[in-house]
Amino acid sequence: MFVEVERSASQVGLQLTGAWRALEIADIERALAAIDLAAGTAVRIGTQGLTALDLTGAWALREFLQRARGRGIEVTFSGAPPDQLRLLDETLAGADAAAAAAATPAVPPGHDPVLTAIGRYAVRAGADMVEGLAFVGRASITLLRGLTNFRRLRPISVARHVYDTGITAVPIVALIAFLISVIIAYMSAQQLRGLGADIYVVDLVAIGVLRELGVLLTSIIVAGRSGSAFAAELGSMKLNEEVDALTATGVDPFEVLVVPRLLGLAIALPLLTIIADLVGLAGGGLLCRYLLDMPLTQFVGRVNYAISPTTFWVGLLKAPVFAVLIGLAGCYRGMQVRGSARELGRLVTVAVVQAIFFVILADALFAVLFMKMDI
Amino acid sequence: MDPVLEVQGLVNRFGTQLVHDGLNMQVAQDEVFGIVGGSGSGKSVLLRTILGLQRPQAGVVRIGGSDITQMSPPQLRAVKARYGVSFQQGALYSGLTVLQNVQLPMIEHLQLTAAARDELALLKICLVGLPADAAAKYPAQLSGGMVKRAALARALALDPSLLFLDEPTSGLDPVSAAAFDELVLYLQQHLRLTMVMITHDLDTIFRTCNRVGVIVDGRMESDTLERIVDHPHPWIQAYFHGERARERLGAARGA
Repeated sequence: MFVEVERSASQVGLQLTGAWRALEIADIERALAAIDLAAGTAVRIGTQGLTALDLTGAWALREFLQRARGRGIEVTFSGAPPDQLRLLDETLAGADAAAAAAATPAVPPGHDPVLTAIGRYAVRAGADMVEGLAFVGRASITLLRGLTNFRRLRPISVARHVYDTGITAVPIVALIAFLISVIIAYMSAQQLRGLGADIYVVDLVAIGVLRELGVLLTSIIVAGRSGSAFAAELGSMKLNEEVDALTATGVDPFEVLVVPRLLGLAIALPLLTIIADLVGLAGGGLLCRYLLDMPLTQFVGRVNYAISPTTFWVGLLKAPVFAVLIGLAGCYRGMQVRGSARELGRLVTVAVVQAIFFVILADALFAVLFMKMDI
Repeated sequence: MDPVLEVQGLVNRFGTQLVHDGLNMQVAQDEVFGIVGGSGSGKSVLLRTILGLQRPQAGVVRIGGSDITQMSPPQLRAVKARYGVSFQQGALYSGLTVLQNVQLPMIEHLQLTAAARDELALLKICLVGLPADAAAKYPAQLSGGMVKRAALARALALDPSLLFLDEPTSGLDPVSAAAFDELVLYLQQHLRLTMVMITHDLDTIFRTCNRVGVIVDGRMESDTLERIVDHPHPWIQAYFHGERARERLGAARGA
C-alpha cells in the first residue's frame, strides 16, 4: 500500500501509489517508516502511480525526504517532483522560526516557577480586590443617583428581577425550608426525648429557623439560582458586545443592568425569607403533631414562649444584606467576562462560590455582632 | 462525471413558512459555486441542510454520490471528515488557541503524533496567510479578517476536497476582502478544491465564482456567471443590474 519498493544494486526505487490523503495518514507514515534505507544509497521516487496527493500526504513525503537527505542519501524524482511539495516549501519557509518564537516560556529564565506562580496569583488577587471595590463604589453611586429620580431606578426592570429571582423561587425555597425543619425536629427529638425534654424541640425549630436557617438556606439557594443567572446573563451580554452597545448609546450599564438586579434581589430575598420562616414553622408544627403527639395549640403556645420579639427581625434583617452580597458577586463576575465562552463558565462558577462564601461569612459576623449586642 | 454535491427536490418548511420548495442544485468537481439570495431566502438553511445540521421535510442531498439524509451517524461522520466548513462568524472555539482550533479536527479524525499535528496545523495557519505567531493567540485576540482566515485554516485541517464558506468576506474591509478572494483562488488552484460559497459580495462573486446559484421563491436558478446575469427573474435582474453591480458587470464584460 502507498509505496512499492524496488531494490537494485546501486539504488532504491520507490513507486508511490494510491491516494495519499489526510485520512490515510497513519498508514502512509507506517509505509514510509517501514522503508529500510542504508546510508549512501540513492533513492529514486516515481509519482506516476499517485491518484491523489493532498497537503498532509505531501507533508509526510517531505518529512521522509528530509530524514533521508539528513542521512546523506541522495533523493531524486523520476519526472517532476509534485507541485504540492513546492507549495509546502513556500508556505513553511518562514514558519519554523516564528513558531519557536510563539512558544514563549511562561516563567522567565532564572526564576523559581513556584514563587513566580505565587507572585502572579498575589498580584492578580490584589488587582481583583481593587477592581471589586471600584465596582461596589460605582454601583453605590449609581444607586444614590437613582434615588433622586425615581425613573432612573428602572422600576419595570426591578419588577422583572423580583419576579425572576423571587416569585419563581418560591416552590424550591418552601420545599427546602420544610425539609430543614423536619431534619432539625427529628434530630433534636431523638436527643431530647431521652432527657424527657421533648418540649424543647419546639424551641430549637422556632429559633433555628427564624434566626439562622430560614434566611441562610434561602440565601444559599438564591445564590445558586440567581447569582449564577446574573453572572451568566451579564457575561453573555458582554461577549455579545451588548454592554458596549449600551455605553455607546449613552446608557449607563450600571443603571440598567446592575442596580435593578441588586434592588430586585434586595426586595425578593426578604420576602422569600418570610415564606421560608412560615413554611419552616409549619413543618415543625406538623412534625411535633405526628412525632411527639403535641397538639398544635401547644406548639403555637410554646413558640410564642420560646422566641423573643427580636428573633424574627434578627433573621429578616440579614436578608437584604445577603441579597446585596449575592447580587454584587453575580454582577461583578458577569461584567468581568471577556473574550471566551470558557471565561464565562469560569466566572459564573466564581460568582456562585463567592456569593455563598460571602453570605456565610456575613452570617458569622452577624452572629458575633448580635451576641455582643445581646439580642 | 458525477457531481460532488447534488441537492434534489429539497423542501424545508418552518410552521407555515415555506423556505425551500423543491430546490435543486448541482456542484461539479473543481467548481467555485456561489450561492446568492435575498435576506431570508434560505441560504443558511440550505447550508445547514447540506451539512446535516437540519433534516429537510423532503428531498435528497448527495455528497460524493451518497444521500446524507438517509445516513446513520457513523456514515455521516465519515462524510464529514471529507469536507471543511468555515462559518460566517468564524465559530472558532473561544477557549482554544488558533493552533488548537486547527488541531481539533485532526485529533478527531487522524492518527498523528503531537509533533506532527503541531507542524501540520502550523502549515495550515501559514497557508491561509496568517503570521505564525497568530497560532498561540486566542480567537478574542484576533481581528475580524484574521478570524476568517483562522476559520478557513480550521476548515482545511483535514485537506478536504470540498469546502463550504459562509459569507467569507462579510464584515471585512474591501482590501482585506479582496485579499481573501485571492487567497480563495490561490487555494482553489493549488489544492484543487471544490468550493461552495454563500456570499453577498459582488466583487467576490465576479472574482472567484465559476457558477452561481440564486435562490428565488424557494427554488434555485443556477448557471454560469456569464449567463446568470441575464436571467429574466426580477430579483436576479435587480441584484446583478442594480446601481452597485453595474460598474462591476461592465468591467467583467469588458475584460
